[in-house]
Amino acid sequence: MRKGQNRFIAGFLLAPLTLYLIFVIWPYIQTVGYSFTNWTGQSPVFDFVGLDNYTELFRDDVFRTALWHNILLLVFIPVVTILIALFFAFMVNVGGRSAAGGVHGVRGSGFYKIIYFFPQVLSLAILAVLFQAVYRSDQGGLLNGLLMKMGLVDANSPIEWMNDPDLVLWCLMVIIVWHGVGFYLVLFSAAMQSIPKEIYEAALLDGAGRAQTFFRVTLPLLWDSVQTAWVYLGIVAMDMFVLASTMTPGTGFGGGPDHHGEVMATVLMRNFLYFGKSGYACAMGVVMLILTMIISVITLRATRRERIEF
Amino acid sequence: MGSTSAQSDNGGLGRRNLIKRSAALGLIAVPTMSFLSACASGGGEEDPKSTKSKGPVSKENPFGVNKGGALDVVVFKGGYGDEYAKAWEALFAKRWGTKVSHLGTQEITGKLQPRFNAGTPPDVVDNSGAQQIKLDVLFKGGQLLDLAPVLDAPSLDDPTKKVRDTLIPGTIDTGLQGGKVVSLNYVYTLWGLWYSGKLFKEKGWTEPKTWDDFLAICKEAKADGIGGLAHQGKHPYYINIVIMDLIAKTGGLDAMKAIDNLDPKAFVGSDAAKAAIEAVYEIVEKGLLMPGTNGLTHTESQTKWNQYKAVFIPSGSWLENEQLKQTPADFDMKFLPIPLLPDSVLPFEAVRAGSGEPFIIPAKAKNMAEAQEFVRSMLSKEWSTTFAKEANSLTILKDGVDPSVELRPGTQSTVDAVKAAGDANSFNYLYPNWYSEMDVSIQNASNELMSKRIMPAEWLKRAQAAVDKAAKDPASKNNHRD
Repeated sequence: MRKGQNRFIAGFLLAPLTLYLIFVIWPYIQTVGYSFTNWTGQSPVFDFVGLDNYTELFRDDVFRTALWHNILLLVFIPVVTILIALFFAFMVNVGGRSAAGGVHGVRGSGFYKIIYFFPQVLSLAILAVLFQAVYRSDQGGLLNGLLMKMGLVDANSPIEWMNDPDLVLWCLMVIIVWHGVGFYLVLFSAAMQSIPKEIYEAALLDGAGRAQTFFRVTLPLLWDSVQTAWVYLGIVAMDMFVLASTMTPGTGFGGGPDHHGEVMATVLMRNFLYFGKSGYACAMGVVMLILTMIISVITLRATRRERIEF
Repeated sequence: MGSTSAQSDNGGLGRRNLIKRSAALGLIAVPTMSFLSACASGGGEEDPKSTKSKGPVSKENPFGVNKGGALDVVVFKGGYGDEYAKAWEALFAKRWGTKVSHLGTQEITGKLQPRFNAGTPPDVVDNSGAQQIKLDVLFKGGQLLDLAPVLDAPSLDDPTKKVRDTLIPGTIDTGLQGGKVVSLNYVYTLWGLWYSGKLFKEKGWTEPKTWDDFLAICKEAKADGIGGLAHQGKHPYYINIVIMDLIAKTGGLDAMKAIDNLDPKAFVGSDAAKAAIEAVYEIVEKGLLMPGTNGLTHTESQTKWNQYKAVFIPSGSWLENEQLKQTPADFDMKFLPIPLLPDSVLPFEAVRAGSGEPFIIPAKAKNMAEAQEFVRSMLSKEWSTTFAKEANSLTILKDGVDPSVELRPGTQSTVDAVKAAGDANSFNYLYPNWYSEMDVSIQNASNELMSKRIMPAEWLKRAQAAVDKAAKDPASKNNHRD
């Protein structure tokens, strides 16, 4: 490479890199700094308190509960979303069977693709409003109304979905999965379409069924996309702030009933804005950052596979 | 997935891998970044005090406002709207020739936190709503002006009196932090239960004065397919009105102060608290709650109450204005003080009364004189009447509304309740303003109790634990009431 070229490239990189440093890296560094102080968030005055925030964090039951909830979500959201998306993508693209042979999706697959992508178009804030009507705790709710019509639930003791400690997290999870499946379906569809048809045709000729085709042909060739999806969904599971804070009961960013709907982000925000313990909240932010990083690295490592060329 | 030619075979990091990894790392930033970047604050340097020359100080102009100055006002645009503030600002501009900038918003914290941190706050703030900046937090950060000079200035209506002496007694206590009045809670508010006069007439019920009468009505309602008590379950703040008022009325002001003063026997070991929480639990146990009410938001539950799906609902006197559109024209909204348990110290007429809608002047306000004069003017009869007209509510100014203004039935019933209670029988808790963490913990426990997941004994234990925790905070030494 010639000298001039180097300088040329460096010139192009400088502006975005500077922006990245100022708006992404610098806030991180500041946060780490604040996490060692008793900053209230409402005043520029604060004292340095060393590791106090972090030691307090380890004793904080609420934060620990929230952490476990995030881990629970981290296990279930990617698995469930990817499995459903893969199944649908497979059916829509190569699941069809016809007398003349050949590879194509089930009947009406083009229509399904559009329908599946629908939820992805809605923002999480709209979803929260929508699902509040679904999970409403009296007979006015969609679920309760249906269950009552079917005679499964007594009108005098409806299921309080979001106010039930055993249900609240799962209810949130259903929304996220419902929201995500469409997107990953499209992602996997695109990847599947780039797999040469000859491979499928060969599999067909060898007498492979749908399941075999899927596990022996489709999945290995899709591994890169699955891996990407996993990292993305893992990050969604570590966040969950919008839904948890708007839909769960409780004062100061939800998290109820009695911390059963808590995720790390709701605890963080309550401490940050409601209790005025911003330094402490920054310590939580740092812990969240480290955890997310560790999880991403582990995911990328653990899912590494031999690359298949085609 | 196509070609993989980007993968280098010599064991080094392939271009594609590198891009993928950095993308993944960048993505990590997404969930945490919004919080973290919110942490970014201005520098820690103190602003030099505003050196702007003040105008001449006189009895008419106690703060030395200069003609043609500037004023920056931010108000919470919630249940009361912000038309009243615009009307005030016009009056102020007319009198002083001041250039007033106005912002009406619901996002008080979002809009103002950066300004407080940067040391450039507005001059007057109506710090209210769900996203208000917590007062205790602002106070601890030294961000609030002591309002004593305003309260001790001569009243606009009667210069022989101090502003302080023209207000309804007890209303400025809500603004106390560390012994100083740092917020002026402008709207006079009553808390208690509410019912429909029309429903009562139809059923032939009378206002229940004892807890037994109250339960009897709830039971009759249940037999007719109506819920007894509705509450705003998603926000346990509301059911705490019933619980806490019942404690105060049963045990008297001492029981209330024990809680505010973080007494080690505020809940556990307090007979009043025990009797009160058991009484509230009886509603749950006997199935007298409106079905599903534990999970409803305030608007959902209040609207169902407006549809005669429940007899009673707890709330403050903003309820009528908040529900204007949902309330049937002949609903005849009525206020009810919390009914009494046997052997109560306070009479039935006693009500939790106080003031809401905290107006503050930031300690670093640029136009201090204008801000103070603005707050003094708020406490004039002219401005108070303007508020009542525009916002449908009373202010803390004694007889502050021109008699020509006709009140809605709910507001009228609160006026009657205030008269019946008199100065001696109004009380108000201060702990929600002093200790937000304790408040939230007790609210969580109340939600558990109403959902029948914990028993009264456990509630008492948890409430006491919240009190004990607050008492350990070194800052709690600054708050005490006698």
